[in-house]
Amino acid sequence: MWYFVVPEVVFGPDALSHLAELKGKSAFIVTDKNIVSLGFVDKVKEQLSQAGIQAAVFDEVEPDPSLQTVQRGVALMNQYGPDLVVAVGGGSVMDAAKAMRVQYERPDIKPEEINPFISDLGLGARCKLVCVATTSGTGAEATFAIVLTDTADQRKLSLINREIVPDIAIVDPELARAMPPQITADTGMDALAHAVEGYTCTWKNDFTDGLCIKAIQFVFQYLPRAVKDGNDMEAREKMHNAGCIAGIGFINALSSMAHAAGHSLGALFHIPHGRAVGLFLPYTIEFIGEVREELWAEIAYAIKLEVPKGKRAATILAQAIRGLAHNINQPLSIKETDIPLDSFNKAMGKLIDNVMADGSLIVSARIPNVAETERFLGYTYEGKSIDF
Amino acid sequence: MAILFGSQEWADALKKALETSQAYKEAAKNWEGDIYIIVEPDASYKHRNIMYLDLWHGECREARAITDENEKSPKYRIFGPFTNMKQILDKKVDSVQSMMTGKIKVKGDMAQIMKMPRAAVELVNCMTAFETVFPD
Repeated sequence: MWYFVVPEVVFGPDALSHLAELKGKSAFIVTDKNIVSLGFVDKVKEQLSQAGIQAAVFDEVEPDPSLQTVQRGVALMNQYGPDLVVAVGGGSVMDAAKAMRVQYERPDIKPEEINPFISDLGLGARCKLVCVATTSGTGAEATFAIVLTDTADQRKLSLINREIVPDIAIVDPELARAMPPQITADTGMDALAHAVEGYTCTWKNDFTDGLCIKAIQFVFQYLPRAVKDGNDMEAREKMHNAGCIAGIGFINALSSMAHAAGHSLGALFHIPHGRAVGLFLPYTIEFIGEVREELWAEIAYAIKLEVPKGKRAATILAQAIRGLAHNINQPLSIKETDIPLDSFNKAMGKLIDNVMADGSLIVSARIPNVAETERFLGYTYEGKSIDF
Repeated sequence: MAILFGSQEWADALKKALETSQAYKEAAKNWEGDIYIIVEPDASYKHRNIMYLDLWHGECREARAITDENEKSPKYRIFGPFTNMKQILDKKVDSVQSMMTGKIKVKGDMAQIMKMPRAAVELVNCMTAFETVFPD
């Protein structure tokens, strides 16, 4: 027995206008200052006003949002009393909004206590959550996961519960047009990691496989174009859809080892999430290797990669992902992220602890032990293909 | 040799499996807290079994089949009907998915469990590391 959970997804050009159809009295817009400066919050307020909905704005969400930011937002929400929460931004904004919404509706549950085993959150009685995605790749607009940073413990908290899925996801490609190439590349690699891991983790299932494969095809076909020309609206739209499709795909299966490693590196060295998981993805494919050989071959087939006789599909796929990453100026090793070797080595113990403790690791088809994790991280630093 | 589920011999076998599992030691190195695993009767099983485990930083300090639920006040309680528990021990379903779908319930400090999900997974792996026979 398992579940397949999705929000109502409104997608395509002009999807933002759906906000004018919403029912409610007051909306609490969660966002960041960059999104405000791009004028997106004004556009959202304009649509809401057509529906007769007043809006207040909380624009203090930082990249890798902390528990403290969530608490500040909730305090304002409690004063304002909204019946709608509208997140406008990327993964950090949407994750913070999800956590704020939970604590607004369930003040008895601390954000860090959100877990998949609670079956009666009862969300929706006090407010609805609408997520408007401005980046193409996190999939947070469609997932029931929250990633927050525990600054005291220097680790990321992956919090999951089916009930925290947004009520509505708005996937309007026009909002992605403003993304600079670097963020387009980072978030696009996140979508790829979601889709590949959702297709190959141990919780993969019939309902997610097709979504993951479609998203992988879109990323290989359209991500280089979207990075090269942000005004290529066909590429923008396909990548915006790919991010959401991959989000639905992976959250109903799960992400695995690339995310465990990416969370670990990101928490300690503040590498953007998508860049970190994308960097680790080919290495994890090589590490998991033959345990999932048939699935790597299926992915290779879907993106028209030829696997020569005698070669392993895992190797060919990992090479193809490195080729894609190279084309869009993504780092191929930890060294290329400019983390000094001595800093990396000093952090090794904590890096390993974080990987081993990450919830994503439990669905990896091959789970490394401590020694293998250290070796894996060392190889990844140097850019050396995994051979163990 | 298959060991009778719910017996002290079963508790001893589990303790031994935990003590010899490097994967469990690594995953649970920061784990602090004792556990009741409670198997509830259902249509196919009339007994109620309680297994007490005292787990501390990757070590199993005590494993005991007990009859009086009030004997201890463990930090965690994992409980569910026999049929659902048996499916896990038979490796027919994933233990974490069973908890996420409510087939098996967990009570206790959830924040700690969420910080060490692999500890729970490796604990279950140890339960399936030896052959179990179930009473009629």
